Amino acid sequence: MRLKEMDFSVLQQCMHCGMCLPTCPTYDTTKRERNSPRGRISLMRAIATDDLEMAEGFADEMSFCLGCLACESACPAGVDYAGLFEASRADIEEKGLNKGLGRKLVRFGTLEFLFMRPRLLRWAGRGMRLWQKLGAAKFLPARLRALERQAPEIGERFSNELIEPIEGEGKWKVAMLTGCVQDLAYAEINRDTVDVLVANGCEVHTPPVQPCCGSIHAHNGEEEMARANARRLLDLLPPDSFDVIISNAGGCGSHMRHFAKLLPNDGRAKEWDAKVRDIHEFLVEVKVRPPMAAPFEEKVRVTYHDSCHLAHGQKVVLPPRMVIDLMPGVTRVELKESDWCCGSAGVYSLTQPEQSRLLLERKAGHIRATGAKILLTANPGCHLQIQNAMPELNVLHPVTLLAKAYRNEC
Amino acid sequence: MVMIDKLTSLLGAGDVLTEQEDLVSYSFDGTATFRQLPRAVVFPRTTQEVAGCVKVCRESGTPVITRGAGTGLSGGTVPTEGAVVLCLVHMAEILEVDAANLTLRAEPGAITADIDAEAAKHGLFYPPDPGSMKISTIGGNVAENSGGLRGLKYGVTRDYVMEVTVVLPDGEVAAFGNRCVKDVAGYSMRDLFIGSEGTLGIITEVLLKLLPRPEARRTILATFASMEAAAETVSAIIAARIIPCTLEFLDQMTIRCVEDYTKMGLPTDCAALLLMETDGHPAAVADEAERMVEIARKHGAREVKTAADEAESLQLASARRSAFSALARVSPTTILEDVTVPRSCLAEMVAYIAETARKLELTVGTFGHMGDGNLHPTFLTDERNLEEMKKVHQALDLIVKKTLSLGGTITGEHGVGLAKKPWLRDQLGDVSLGLMKKFKETIDPENLLNPHKIFD
Repeated sequence: MRLKEMDFSVLQQCMHCGMCLPTCPTYDTTKRERNSPRGRISLMRAIATDDLEMAEGFADEMSFCLGCLACESACPAGVDYAGLFEASRADIEEKGLNKGLGRKLVRFGTLEFLFMRPRLLRWAGRGMRLWQKLGAAKFLPARLRALERQAPEIGERFSNELIEPIEGEGKWKVAMLTGCVQDLAYAEINRDTVDVLVANGCEVHTPPVQPCCGSIHAHNGEEEMARANARRLLDLLPPDSFDVIISNAGGCGSHMRHFAKLLPNDGRAKEWDAKVRDIHEFLVEVKVRPPMAAPFEEKVRVTYHDSCHLAHGQKVVLPPRMVIDLMPGVTRVELKESDWCCGSAGVYSLTQPEQSRLLLERKAGHIRATGAKILLTANPGCHLQIQNAMPELNVLHPVTLLAKAYRNEC
Repeated sequence: MVMIDKLTSLLGAGDVLTEQEDLVSYSFDGTATFRQLPRAVVFPRTTQEVAGCVKVCRESGTPVITRGAGTGLSGGTVPTEGAVVLCLVHMAEILEVDAANLTLRAEPGAITADIDAEAAKHGLFYPPDPGSMKISTIGGNVAENSGGLRGLKYGVTRDYVMEVTVVLPDGEVAAFGNRCVKDVAGYSMRDLFIGSEGTLGIITEVLLKLLPRPEARRTILATFASMEAAAETVSAIIAARIIPCTLEFLDQMTIRCVEDYTKMGLPTDCAALLLMETDGHPAAVADEAERMVEIARKHGAREVKTAADEAESLQLASARRSAFSALARVSPTTILEDVTVPRSCLAEMVAYIAETARKLELTVGTFGHMGDGNLHPTFLTDERNLEEMKKVHQALDLIVKKTLSLGGTITGEHGVGLAKKPWLRDQLGDVSLGLMKKFKETIDPENLLNPHKIFD
């Protein structure tokens, strides 16, 4: 069992001071210790020391945890909660504590099948787009219809149809990751990202077919598949051939910075981790060229929602705001609890619909209070979750705004 | 199981927890190394329910451990065997702000930072600011008489409690105090319950005193080649009839850890860093800040920085605010101490701590409140290294004894709980301790409320 085999000091690092409690969305809902990071770590520790049997109660708890990592930002002692969380979920899967045939089938269909086969995933995406365009969902029973509404609306074209394998020239040789959900639902964001990189002096390499980064697997206790995907990415984009590796999705970027932990014996992983950059972080590092035109004709009021894995997982908080603030004609108002989870959290809206809904309503309330008609965010999960709940809102990636502004220059 | 059934019929099944996963997660508080599973955890929502729980537990002689957010640093809310943990986080309302009488009424589970934020909406101020104020509860603060960074100028929690409502060990409810500033009707029973660490009664409502919010604040950061120079600076500031709201220090080990962690550009060859703040009327603040800078320079400060605005002030203050985090991430176990000496002995005490750690080959960083002599020597260790833990206890014993020889106290703001129990007699002597025990025996003859805390 991973929890028992891991270096105990990782668990011990938690000094149970409680500073994580006010930032934990599940503790905030129930006010029960076991639903808090401090409580969960105490359970992991008790399992590691044989003071508690790993049973369904623990499995439920780790399923209830969003994995938003707000606790990591709040932790004075630097506890590696992400590592503990993934180890726990992997142990739970290995022990088969989460039952249900439906769950097994869904996990097989997605984690083991589609998210391991990028070409098939795109075909499935095409099928889904046809389904969505036909409006076939109305024939589904009500329960499935509710689920269907949470699925991303599949884009007309995917990244490989929008982006050439190599574009631009200049100082930096950049590898561009297109992601899975980003590619299926928001390929234009990938296009915008490449535009912005090219405009800032990059030679951008975007392989047309890319494996999943494995984030979704690691997050759901499938460590082996996460490893396989990491290896495939290292093969496809050897880190010594690039200056930086760019991600524009909070969730993928957060996972991709820790390949060395996943593949301790692969010499390339360390270099890879050091070269992964969130797009905003990179733009700020290379002193992004401020646009001379505004993204929209009228002045707009926008607000920004931090994706958990961008803010807490990658600690990228200021750069997206700095990029937005460069834009003429754009006024950014700070969103209350901007770094609180919106309830999307990977497949959380499916596994824990009740808690997910609570968080989404809370988020929507804060967004409405800003009076902004445009919400900017940099993770496809959040993008989808918030857009579905607030159709009246224009949800965009900050990079899209910048790409629009550049395009308006000429 | 009769007791559990009765508690369940009183509170409802959702507010009585007995699963192993729940018991494990309530088996500790913010203190290192203490752990004990309770028998159940209950969440009353009214004073009557608290009283009901106490009565039910009393029938079977079951101890009751009152708990708020569990951030305590002396093991005060660590359960005793077979005890019921009574957790007050669902009684968290701020009931009223009375701007005419400058008071705020709250339930015990209200969060300290929320209380000050509520006061701020009325231009008012709740000064006590313990390090855990973002999550600590006011009930816990009152029960522990918590301090904070503003002790020198504004005092501690006790100075802001006007009234407490308490459930007594027999389940009766009593209130002590009122809205009046002056009140000499009999013994000040209110003061007995403040700082009683949950051993005499369960606080279910508090009435707090508020102050007008200071209009201006100025932050100054100074570094020194010796701790003595920093201490002399503090003495000279106070002698110049300035009472700063903050006078915080870091020792060299802490400065190095902070610099390692934050890379904010602190000089790591300095022996001491002083963070000073003055607040109040803008004109007075400007004048005091100027004089404080001058005094620091005169006493050999190597570098003195004054914040130009709020943002810079927060940046300077982050050197002190990140002290504990910076130390905590160095090693798996962090043991935070709390001894306090008269202000004039602070430099001597810091030197003694560093010397003791050096002799015993331990790593310690010391930071704390220079204005009120409250030190936080922080041992960076590993509880699995039994040999080293033995030496940590040896060092603690030496430090506590030195503190007492300087006329200090074994705990300035964390409480006795379990952590400081071995030394209480050394500080109080038999007569004082005996009288203290007599109070406990009179109010709680069956030893039901938080037994074996403070003393046995």
